[in-house]
Amino acid sequence: MMLELTVNGRVHSVEINPGEMLLDVLRRLGYKSVRRSCDNASCGNCTVLLDGKPILSCTTFAARATGHKIETVESLEKDGILHPIQESLLETGGAQCGFCIPGFALTAKALLEENPEPTEEEIREALNGNLCRCTGYESQIRAILNITHKRGGLSND
Amino acid sequence: MTDALNTKELKCFNAVNKSVKKVDGISLVTGQPVYTNDFDVPGALYVRLVRSSHAHAIIKNIDTSQALKIPGVVTILTYKDLPRIPFTRAGQGYPEPSPYDTFVLDKKVRYVGDPVAIVAAETERAAKLAVKAVKVEYEVLDAVLDFEQAISENAPIIHDEPEAVGIHDASRNIAAHFEMEIGNIDETLKSCDKVITRTYHTKTQLHAMMEPHASISYFDPNGKLTVISSTQVPFHARRILSRLFNIPIGDIRVIKPRIGGGFGGKQAIHLEPYVVAVTLKTRRPARMVLDRSEVSMATNIRHEMKYTVTVGATSNGEIKVIDMEGLSNTGAYGEHALTTFMVAGSKTLPLYNKVEAVRFSGNVVYTNLPSAGAYRGYGAPQGLFALDCTIDELARELGLDPLDVKEKNSIREGESSPIFRIMGEGREGVDQIVRSCKLQECIDKGKAAIGWNEKYGKRLKNGSKVRGVGCAIAMQGSGIAKIDMGAATIKMNEDGSFNLLLGATDLGTGSDTIMAQIAAEVLQVSYDKIKVYSSDTDLTPFDTGAYASSTTYVSGNAVRKAAEMVKEKILEKASVYLEEPRENLMVENAKVVSTKTGREVTYEELGTKLFYTFEQEQIAATASYVGEESPPPFLASFAEVEVDLETGKIELVKFVSYADCGTPLNPVQALGQLEGATMQGIGWALFEDVIYGKDGRMLTNDFFTYKIPARMDYGKLECGLVDSYEPTGPFGAKSIAEIGIDTPIPAIANAIYDATGVRLRKAPFNSEELFFEILKEEV
Repeated sequence: MMLELTVNGRVHSVEINPGEMLLDVLRRLGYKSVRRSCDNASCGNCTVLLDGKPILSCTTFAARATGHKIETVESLEKDGILHPIQESLLETGGAQCGFCIPGFALTAKALLEENPEPTEEEIREALNGNLCRCTGYESQIRAILNITHKRGGLSND
Repeated sequence: MTDALNTKELKCFNAVNKSVKKVDGISLVTGQPVYTNDFDVPGALYVRLVRSSHAHAIIKNIDTSQALKIPGVVTILTYKDLPRIPFTRAGQGYPEPSPYDTFVLDKKVRYVGDPVAIVAAETERAAKLAVKAVKVEYEVLDAVLDFEQAISENAPIIHDEPEAVGIHDASRNIAAHFEMEIGNIDETLKSCDKVITRTYHTKTQLHAMMEPHASISYFDPNGKLTVISSTQVPFHARRILSRLFNIPIGDIRVIKPRIGGGFGGKQAIHLEPYVVAVTLKTRRPARMVLDRSEVSMATNIRHEMKYTVTVGATSNGEIKVIDMEGLSNTGAYGEHALTTFMVAGSKTLPLYNKVEAVRFSGNVVYTNLPSAGAYRGYGAPQGLFALDCTIDELARELGLDPLDVKEKNSIREGESSPIFRIMGEGREGVDQIVRSCKLQECIDKGKAAIGWNEKYGKRLKNGSKVRGVGCAIAMQGSGIAKIDMGAATIKMNEDGSFNLLLGATDLGTGSDTIMAQIAAEVLQVSYDKIKVYSSDTDLTPFDTGAYASSTTYVSGNAVRKAAEMVKEKILEKASVYLEEPRENLMVENAKVVSTKTGREVTYEELGTKLFYTFEQEQIAATASYVGEESPPPFLASFAEVEVDLETGKIELVKFVSYADCGTPLNPVQALGQLEGATMQGIGWALFEDVIYGKDGRMLTNDFFTYKIPARMDYGKLECGLVDSYEPTGPFGAKSIAEIGIDTPIPAIANAIYDATGVRLRKAPFNSEELFFEILKEEV
């Protein structure tokens, strides 16, 4: 069947197999930042934003995403300028192997758009569905805290 | 050269000891297609394996006829199609210390998940359907599922194949055996005031790296067999492929792109032979990616180990005897069997170097369970759990503070241990003196951070909840002395930048960045002038690979040496160009400057002249490094737990780890290694429990059933670095990648005891077990 998907503002017409998951279709379209790790909705590596909300693309039917705005991490950098969350992840060492980072960056972006000044506890909660095996999650939390500090929302201790 | 580096002046660094951003960082945070499975290779066949559904069986017949009829299926290979060459997947240096007890495909299967046939198809779907359609007839054999039964008389023999080489005693399922003794155990025990014997059991662990293993193979335009693979050991992979398929080493190229985590799990040669077999048969590109269940149950896991430890001491806590007798479970194949077992002793026993007698012995046995292999810590965590907790028990029985006992018996700067020489990895080690050790500072910082003096032994109660604290100290190594070799090539470009070609294998550890910092420090340029290209067997010099905490120390020293050689050549050329004696010249800020006349030439100007108009020559150098020693990093860790006495629920309130890794070349990356290893250790201690069915099938083969920590699963994590200066390391550096995983299990066990009076001697610790123990103890 043919499907129309809007990914990072670009409309794709794509032939899909019945029951195909969004993860497979996005990777086929070249959005390789969407990563398959567990393939059963338990690691968060395949996170994309659907109308600004993080969803797991490995268990979301591609067909369900038609008519919605899909965002992948490829959309965050604009003209060579990194999104603050990307810049901050670089500074804090949030990306070790980097495989989980697209998922983290998108979850963090959604968090900060909904709650520009999250507490550390709120950040932990928001990131709890994203697994990382390299860090102790501290560097990703520091990355988000640093953004809120720079915005002047919290005192920098 | 090392002496020259060990001076105070040189500790004012320009490029190292700085938390610069990773050289591959932008690619990673922008989600670029940099991992093996992101590469599109036109026309590549999808490769999948038919895997054994039995733990131990002989293949009587494989019927591929139905599978071959599925549209898109191109070929199916069985053991009959491949040469029968015994090898080890372990991915170690040569000669390999692991037994050759494995075949790419065999007529016998030894665990649930063992490969039976290779399917290659035009689409992934066709390959999956074909895997199901291959009919395998088995003669099912009795299986060994309990490693303590492996050497019992009526146990079935797992490796009865006559071709196997290097198995210690195949008839008794013993893959490897080791024993050593220093001093006289029995006599010294008699002189002790207190002797205790305890048995500790550490179960296995899954690597659970985020990127599933992937490999792609194809012939390049010159007909060279090329393999892109998520490997920690591209050069070992090339050597092993050469032997398995009888292709000259020079006709194979292995490329390691970005890797999505390894932790030892990508050291073995897991996928490469299967894609290569397909490419050789079909002359077409082939690609293979594992499912999460395959990553869990059909690659490698950690060696399950059980140690009975006897410790003897004086009444004031001076440890005089340590005797460790162990049993390790290597699973179906003997990958890293001997070496991980030895490391369980060699990276723990030297910590307590004041003993008069020490013994370490035991067997590594085969079972019909997934094959154990290399895993961060490499035996040291299992050995330390037994040793540290037994010492903890001894101290408490003597009425002493266990931290004091560990502290006063532990090794210090300038000291040595005979273990260093006696126990290496698979053979003798090397004599060495601990030249850098800030263990005391690590203990002091951690002790303050956890509030040891206020909390230890207090059993603070709040309703049904009770709190306790525990500690553990650890050491590791930095590479395998006199075995691990790393090499680096540096060449100068006309714009004053340099290409750094490295065999070292960055798996996400940040080693590409650290190597650039080392070269930049020597050449006095900013690190972004060092253009790193790593891990390609055709383009970069040799390196044993990323394991044994070796990259910073071994490969880093190679980079330093290569950079020194390039610097010397630059100075020689500049001396002619500036008409100044060499001894007047120095490098600074990407220039050569005369200290006498102030005349100078930039690298850019000199480089351009050297290419086109003046004394034309490509400045370049290659250097190699093999460690003469393996300087240990040190670690002190502290856990605070809260246990609900009504449910047994264990809450990790706070975990503190302070490490001495020498000079942290990139503090943010070094801290990240420590935090990550600590988190992996916490997961192993509290959540990560591998469970097998009665048929030997791993039941916990996904992230629902095998729980790795998310951030809400543990409390505060405080990790820190205490700088020391290791004179043999590049700019004072030692290793940091593994050590953090050694301490969480013993520190948490000790804290649980401190809180409840219950001693858990089998890890991981679960609440149910603790609850029933609490009932028994009636706390």
